[in-house]
Amino acid sequence: MTASPRRLAVLSMTGRLRRGQRPSLDDAQVREGLELMLLSRLFDARATTLQRLGRWGVHSPVEGQEAAVVGACLAVDPGRDWLVPQYREFPAYIHHGMPLAGIAAFFTGHPAQGRIPDGVRMLPIQVAIAAQLPHAAGLAWGLRRQGGGAVVLAYCGDGATSEGDFHEACNLAGRMQAPVVFLVQNNGWAISTPRSLQSATPSLALRALGYGFPGVRVDGNDLLAVHQATATAVARARAGEGPTLIEADTYRYSFHNTTDNPAAYADPVELAAARRQDPIERVRRYLTQRGAWDPAREAAVRERLTATLDAAVNAAARLPPPGPDECFDDIYARPPARLLRQRAGHGAPSEA
Amino acid sequence: MAELSYRAAVRDALREEMLRDESVILLGESITGYGGSYAVTKGLVEEFGPRRVMETPIAEAGIVGFAVGAAMGGLRPVAELMTVNFALLALDQIVNSAAKFHYMFGQQWSVPLVVRTVSGFGQLGATHSQSFEGWFASVPGLKVVMPATPTDAYGLLVSAIRDPDPVIFIEHSLLYSMRGPAPPSGEAGLVPLGRAQVVRQGQDVTVVAYSRMLFQALQAAETLEREDGISCEVIDLRTLRPLDYPTVVGSVRRTHRVVLCGEDWRTGGFGATLLAEIQDRCFDDLDGPVARVAMRDIPLPYARNLEHLLIPAAGDVVAAVRSLV
Repeated sequence: MTASPRRLAVLSMTGRLRRGQRPSLDDAQVREGLELMLLSRLFDARATTLQRLGRWGVHSPVEGQEAAVVGACLAVDPGRDWLVPQYREFPAYIHHGMPLAGIAAFFTGHPAQGRIPDGVRMLPIQVAIAAQLPHAAGLAWGLRRQGGGAVVLAYCGDGATSEGDFHEACNLAGRMQAPVVFLVQNNGWAISTPRSLQSATPSLALRALGYGFPGVRVDGNDLLAVHQATATAVARARAGEGPTLIEADTYRYSFHNTTDNPAAYADPVELAAARRQDPIERVRRYLTQRGAWDPAREAAVRERLTATLDAAVNAAARLPPPGPDECFDDIYARPPARLLRQRAGHGAPSEA
Repeated sequence: MAELSYRAAVRDALREEMLRDESVILLGESITGYGGSYAVTKGLVEEFGPRRVMETPIAEAGIVGFAVGAAMGGLRPVAELMTVNFALLALDQIVNSAAKFHYMFGQQWSVPLVVRTVSGFGQLGATHSQSFEGWFASVPGLKVVMPATPTDAYGLLVSAIRDPDPVIFIEHSLLYSMRGPAPPSGEAGLVPLGRAQVVRQGQDVTVVAYSRMLFQALQAAETLEREDGISCEVIDLRTLRPLDYPTVVGSVRRTHRVVLCGEDWRTGGFGATLLAEIQDRCFDDLDGPVARVAMRDIPLPYARNLEHLLIPAAGDVVAAVRSLV
C-alpha cells in the first residue's frame, strides 16, 4: 500500500515555527486570520443559541475547523478568484466579501436580503454533499477560457470524498486542467460516521494520484500550514498547471448541525485530545510571541466583532417576513402562466 | 419546399447558436469523434474546436454538474447525455442544483443550461428503452421540451439555448432520420417554449400527443376519419413544462372527449398529471372518461416481437378513440 503523504505542519502547538519552516503570511495577515477565526467562533455560538430559540434555521458550526477554512481562503484573492463553498465555511464567506448582515438575513429566512452581492465571487452554499465539486470544476474551466488567471477554491468534507460527484469532478478537473483547488476538510466525521469507516485509504490526499494532479496533506489546525499548501496550489492553478487536492486534518468539536447530538456517538477522550490542538489558541500563541497580539488587543477585537455580529443579527430580525408571493416568483426567470395562477390563489388546487 | 432531417435540424440549431453566441458550448460523451450516440454533433468539433465542443469522460453527474458551474460562470452550455436512461445518473445535479439555484438564492443565479438527451427504443433492452419525461416535468425550476418535427426541433432548441432557465430537451431516437419542411431561417424559425400546436383540427375527440406519439396520433386520426367518420383534433404539446393548458383545455371544451398519448408508463407517467388537470378544469365538459395511451407498467422487453407488441402505436390510439365515441 502507498504510504500516507507526509503531513505539512508549520506551527507547533506552542505557537513556534517548526524547524525549517517560514511563515507564508506576515503578522498583519495572520492577525486578520485570527480575527476571522474569532468571529467564526462567536458566530457559531450566536447562531446555535438563536437556532435553539427558533430564530435561526439549521446551523452547521465551524468550531474546531477554523484554521482549515481560514488558512485556505486567505490564499485566494476575492478580487478575482472564486469561492465554491459547501456549508461549513462561514469565515471564508466573510473574507470573500459576503456581508455578515446578508448571512444573518439568509439564515433567518430572508433570501432576497441574503443574496450574494454582485461582484462577490462566490457560489451559494451547497448542502447536497459533494454536488458543488462538479460546479467548481466547470466554473474553473470557464474562467480559464476567459484568461485572467482566476482560480476556484472549493471546499468539501471527508464524507464528500466517498460520493460519485467527488470522483467525477476530480477526474473532469484533472482531464480539463481546470484551475481549481479542492480543499477537503477532514474533520473526522460525516454526521456520525467516523473517518475510519469512510474509506480504507490511509489518506484522502492519495486519491489525487489517480486523477493526475498533486494531493497534499496538511495539519488542518495549523493556519500557516493550510495557507502555505493552498497558496502553492493556487499558484499552480494560476499558472495553468491544473488542480490540487488538499486534505486538511482537523476535528469537528461540536455537532454536525443543530439537528445532531454527538453525545450519542462521539468519544469524549478523542474530543478532549482534539481540543488540545485548538487552531485559534495556536495562532494566539504565535502572534503573542511575536509581540503582535495581547489580551487587551483581543478584548478590543472581541468587543468589535460582537458589536458587528449584534448589528447584523438585529438588522435581520427587523426585516419583514417574506410574503408567499416570493415562493412563486423565483422558480424561473419569468414565472409561467400556471405559476402566476397558483400565486394568485396561493395554491388552492381549483385555481391552479 | 426544402426538407431536412430531425437530426440535421438539431445540428443546425446548435451550430447557428454557436455562431451567434460565443458563450454557447457543447459537452458530452463521444460527441466529437462519433458525433454523439446519434451523430447529431458530427462535424461541429471540426468547425468550432475542442474548446467549444468538449469530449468528456463518461460521467453523467459530472457532465451536468460541470455544465451547471460553467453556466453560473456565464457560459451557455449544452450538455448531451447519450440517452435519457443515463440521465438518471445526473438526477441530483439536475434536480437539486440546476433547478434550485434561481429559487433558493434570491433570484441571483440563472442556470442557462440545456441538457439534450434522447428517448426511444429499438431492441435496446429494459434499461435503455425508458421514458422519463414525466419525472423531469414534475420538477419546478425545470423546463421540459420534446419536439416531434424537424421544424420544432430546430425552433425549440434555439429557444432552449437562449432561455435563462435549465431546459431538459428530449429528442427521440426514432425521429432522427425523419424528414420534414426546413424551418424558416433566422428569428422566423424560433418556436417559443410553452406553446402547444394544433396540428390537425377536428370536432369529435381531442388527441394530445408529443414526440413520436404525434405521428401515431396523426396516423390514427386518418384511420378514424376514413373508417369511422370520426374527426380528431390532434395537439402536439411540444413543451411539457411549462405546459400550454389553454390550448388543451380549450380543445377539450369543444370536443368533450380526450385521449392522452405518451410512451412512458401509465402509472406516474406524464399523462397522469395531464389527466388530473383535465378532470379538474373540464369535468363538466367531458362526455366520457379521459382515455390514455401509455406504456403498460412493465420494463420493455428485448425480444423484437414483444417490443413491437407493447410500444404504444397508432392502433392503440384508434382503439382509445373508438372507446369514447
